[in-house]
Amino acid sequence: MTIDSRSAALTNTSLAMRAWNIRRKALMMGEVQGQGYIGQALGVADVLATAYFHALDYRSDDPEWEGRDRFLLSIGHYAIALYSVLMEAGILPDEELETYGMDDSRMPMSGMASYTPGMEITGGSLGHGLGIAVGMALGLKRKNNPAFVYNLMSDGELGEGSTWEAAMSGAHHKLDNLICLVDFNDQQADGKSTEMLCSEPLTEKWEAFGWFAQRVDGNDLAAVVDAFDRARSCSDARPRVIIFDTTMCKGVPFLERREITHFVRVEADEWAKALAVLDEGKPA
Amino acid sequence: MTLASMARKYEPRKVTPASERVATSAMIASLAAEGYETVSAPFGHALVDAARKNDKIVGLTADLGKYTDLHIFGQEMPDRYYQMGMAEQLLMSAAAGMAREGFIPFATTYAVFAARRAYDFIAMAIAEENLPVKIVCALPGLTTGYGPSHQATEDLAIFRGLPNMVLIDPCDADDITGMVPQMIAYEGPVYARLLRGKVPSVLRRHKPDYKFQLGMAQMIREGNDVLVISTGIMTMRALDAAEVLAADGVEVAVLHCPTIKPLDLDTIAAEAAKGGRLVVTAENHTVIGGLGEAVATGLMMRGIHPAFRMIGLPDAFLEAGALPTLHDMYGLSVDKVTEQIRSWL
Repeated sequence: MTIDSRSAALTNTSLAMRAWNIRRKALMMGEVQGQGYIGQALGVADVLATAYFHALDYRSDDPEWEGRDRFLLSIGHYAIALYSVLMEAGILPDEELETYGMDDSRMPMSGMASYTPGMEITGGSLGHGLGIAVGMALGLKRKNNPAFVYNLMSDGELGEGSTWEAAMSGAHHKLDNLICLVDFNDQQADGKSTEMLCSEPLTEKWEAFGWFAQRVDGNDLAAVVDAFDRARSCSDARPRVIIFDTTMCKGVPFLERREITHFVRVEADEWAKALAVLDEGKPA
Repeated sequence: MTLASMARKYEPRKVTPASERVATSAMIASLAAEGYETVSAPFGHALVDAARKNDKIVGLTADLGKYTDLHIFGQEMPDRYYQMGMAEQLLMSAAAGMAREGFIPFATTYAVFAARRAYDFIAMAIAEENLPVKIVCALPGLTTGYGPSHQATEDLAIFRGLPNMVLIDPCDADDITGMVPQMIAYEGPVYARLLRGKVPSVLRRHKPDYKFQLGMAQMIREGNDVLVISTGIMTMRALDAAEVLAADGVEVAVLHCPTIKPLDLDTIAAEAAKGGRLVVTAENHTVIGGLGEAVATGLMMRGIHPAFRMIGLPDAFLEAGALPTLHDMYGLSVDKVTEQIRSWL
């Protein structure tokens, strides 16, 4: 599948602008609820922009189109980030942004498949996504469907044994249609993931498990694009993983400098300030 | 403080003369046929029959294909058979993924490993999503002498609390052959206990026109003194006990409830309301959270209050040993079922 064959309705909007829009929408949702996993959303925005506006094949008006590349959000609490990109991609309407986390919303705080168009699985119980992705990749091969399965997971999920069961299985079954994306922001609920259950050396670990592994700066769009291209075009009969080192709260310097925690505390009056700061950095 | 089990560990044992030895039932051993005709690998053959008609069916196992009779399917349809290795969390997740892609996966392992190790994956990837994954598990309840690591004494209690799951505890080969196509026809997730190897054919000997029907309890034997409401292999034990008691002039009815959830409370309540009979539940499962408590709750909610007793496993980790010894020890053998019912009359 080439980029040219993608059916997604693309415009000339640059990836930088897409990422900026994703960050902006995430901040607006955070403002609606007065809370949210905004640190993760700002950090992973460049990866999501590249996924949805460079790599994935999908149809905005038909999120269940059989030919689509599957995008699994294993980290349910990153839903705020995925809703932002689903809106940016035209799969969710912008108008629903203000329902985020409210009763009867299609956008609950933790992502669930049965609530949201474009949400492939119910994540949140961590370490589930990659195993489901293995099953979907096997299923696609049975159907001779050339689509890719992407699984976005966090560094924290590297601590779950089920992740490594799935990693072994992906290589065992030579799943060259499986691409795992690891958002490595080195932050978990109780602190730094490398200080609690260290998964390093991570690239070598995935390689030892039989994967084509890359590690790049997840906030460098050119590097992210290049990594996606290499993962998709690799001709090896093995699954692919990209580890993205990302910065929590990227794009809003006063939040980046804050003592970062898993759940970034943002005061009521800071949402507008964060949006204003983001606006100052709007791409040309 | 010395734990009781530790004290027992260091007590020397008597050596039984060779002529009196009863071997520990290996986990590969079939359930003792106990005078009934047997059918070989009914699950494997039923699945092959179903899969010939439905190309969406695939089979997955976690290093227990041979021990769940799924190898029969694997031999017949090797390209539809997925060996996932000794990784039960992966087994259930991957089955969910295949179901998402439109397949009907049968995932097999032992009941302990599904219920204990893979529970979160069954709950979130399969049940919460209401996907048509069919989980089929050998060694239900006390059907192995290997001890608590292999004895799934609480699997039904665990899965009864899980929304969307249908639960089946088959009695025999007739139930197993009958349940497979109905598991497929039902569009959601199912957990079925499995008897494997040479499986006795019990129900049709007692009721020649018996057919498994998902969600339905069926009277296998009528009787005016006692109503046994049973599931799984305990229906076989209840039927055999009923014959013994009949010789003493005690008439025992046996209502077989192979579907534990949803439980056929209409039939159960109608039978229990027929006055004067002692009601006894019988299950190859801890008395906590299984058939007995489900029946008791259902009857109370409907205002039906018969004399009520439960036959089942105790709230304990069970001993290792030979299965006939253990079934006697824990009250599941025909002799013990007979004895218990007699004591309650």
